Amino acid sequence: MTAITAASAPVRSRAGVSRRQWVGLLYVLPAVALVTVFFVIPLGMTAWMSLNNWPLMGEHSFVGLDNYIAILHDTRFWNALKFTFYYTVIVTIAIFAVAFPLAIFIEKPRPLTNLYRTAFFMPAVVGFASASLLWSWLLNVDSGLFSPAAYDIGLTEKKVNLLATFQPAFWSIIAMVVWKVAGFTMIILMTGLQSIPQDLQEAAVIDGAGPFARFRAITLPLMRRTLALALILSVAGSILAFDQFYIILRGGPRNQTLTAVYWIFNQSFVSFKLGYGAALSMVLLVILVALSLVQLWLLRKPEGLD
Amino acid sequence: MAEAMSQNRKAAFSLARHSTGMIASVLFLAPIVWTVLSTFKPAQEARQPPLPPWPTTGFSVENYQTLNTFGDGLWASAQNSIYVSVMTVLLSVLVSVLAGYGFSRFRFPFRDFFFVLILSTIMIPFQSILTPIFLVLTKLGLHNTLTGLVCVYVTLQLPFSIFMMRNAFDAVPREIEEAARMDGANNVTMLIKVMLPLVWPGVVTIALFAFLGAWNEFLAALVLMTDQSKFTLPVMMTALQSGRFGAIDWGAVQAGVTVMMVPCLILFLALQRFYIRGLMAGAVK
Repeated sequence: MTAITAASAPVRSRAGVSRRQWVGLLYVLPAVALVTVFFVIPLGMTAWMSLNNWPLMGEHSFVGLDNYIAILHDTRFWNALKFTFYYTVIVTIAIFAVAFPLAIFIEKPRPLTNLYRTAFFMPAVVGFASASLLWSWLLNVDSGLFSPAAYDIGLTEKKVNLLATFQPAFWSIIAMVVWKVAGFTMIILMTGLQSIPQDLQEAAVIDGAGPFARFRAITLPLMRRTLALALILSVAGSILAFDQFYIILRGGPRNQTLTAVYWIFNQSFVSFKLGYGAALSMVLLVILVALSLVQLWLLRKPEGLD
Repeated sequence: MAEAMSQNRKAAFSLARHSTGMIASVLFLAPIVWTVLSTFKPAQEARQPPLPPWPTTGFSVENYQTLNTFGDGLWASAQNSIYVSVMTVLLSVLVSVLAGYGFSRFRFPFRDFFFVLILSTIMIPFQSILTPIFLVLTKLGLHNTLTGLVCVYVTLQLPFSIFMMRNAFDAVPREIEEAARMDGANNVTMLIKVMLPLVWPGVVTIALFAFLGAWNEFLAALVLMTDQSKFTLPVMMTALQSGRFGAIDWGAVQAGVTVMMVPCLILFLALQRFYIRGLMAGAVK
């Protein structure tokens, strides 16, 4: 790219070229303006607001690090964070446990593979809010599907309210999220599987390697970047989980399923403690940025390969 | 003999593969199909558990009709959702095509800085900057307006769509431009007449992602749209499902969920190629 520009430069006068190049700034200006107004400025404001006592109405006042000190004693926030991490670990394992076999299943072009792939992927294009509303009905004790069906076929003695206690409620959410997200993770893993050269696998077969040995020695190492990407997407998405816990469980039973974003939402837009909410947001932001840095490191090009 | 054995094994393998595929497909599709079928029950029947899922006491669109009686009605929310989604698509395509072209074809001061700035916003969760976005919109007089929501959605699309568009423009050989320039094309005609037809698949991909993103987004709409007449479908349906309009009418909730899901499913089935393309671009790069 640079070579071509350099080569074509002497044809025109230098001033003419550079004026023409400046026009590029006009093309990117709308994008830069939007990102500045609706992202960079709000980001700066979050940092500033976190140092203030900032009610919805009335004056805000500078309080230094008071909000951050308050966070240290906010056991409900730490519980929310703990729950968020617990959920993230469990749901990521569950998603991979379903998505990886599916990816292997649909990796090679065989009859009907496209049909299966489309079917597995369908829930992924439905929004999280739609999926949550749908499952809140399926999980409903009176008008839903699961409890009445279990009762009808004699699995339970009475209709069990799945959303009344922590364990069934939590695993119901896991089931819903796996249903919704597995197809997405499957496609990403599939691209990784397809990028492995076929002759490598064949050579390993000739050398007498069994399927497990090949999976461990060839598939997994060569999929490192894809695996890392799928893993990070799942982890980042789960840490920011909100829709399903708000719509299906309202954070219950007994506030046990409040996630970090949910708690920030409550503090900022229900209690209107905007400054405190901003400080909580900063904590979440640091966690996510740290995660992104880990991602960049995991996704780095392997040495000597490009 | 040996051939017959291997034939049998092949058939057994094929049978196992297709039964696995069918069962898994049914599991993934069942909730969607179950919901869509249930919406056509009469209201009375829709209150009962959906066993079986299809209507047994007659086909009815009652659930869709009652949906229009809550608050400002389903149609008002659907209009809001359509407006927000279509505007998000148009604006994000316009802004990203311009920016993608600019980043790909011009060398101006701070080019790399701006590109990295836009791309790096993907690292920051927008959930953590919602409060200031709320305040910024208020300052701009866009508080509680669909236009304000569109601005936020477009900004959230930009890192992905500008990245996509810059790559699409990068893939166009420079000779094509040089030839057009010889013929006297200026920058704008060049972009519209020469370049756009060549990057068209990329445009469809970012339009599709912008639509799905805006149509399905929940948290920002919940926080930023405080007036019921401005509710988008996800916010409106959640209000209905939470019992804000009296006893929960599950038949109506299912009808609303169907209205929310069907456009996504149709768009995906029609444009699947472009969707997977977008995912691959994200996964490979």
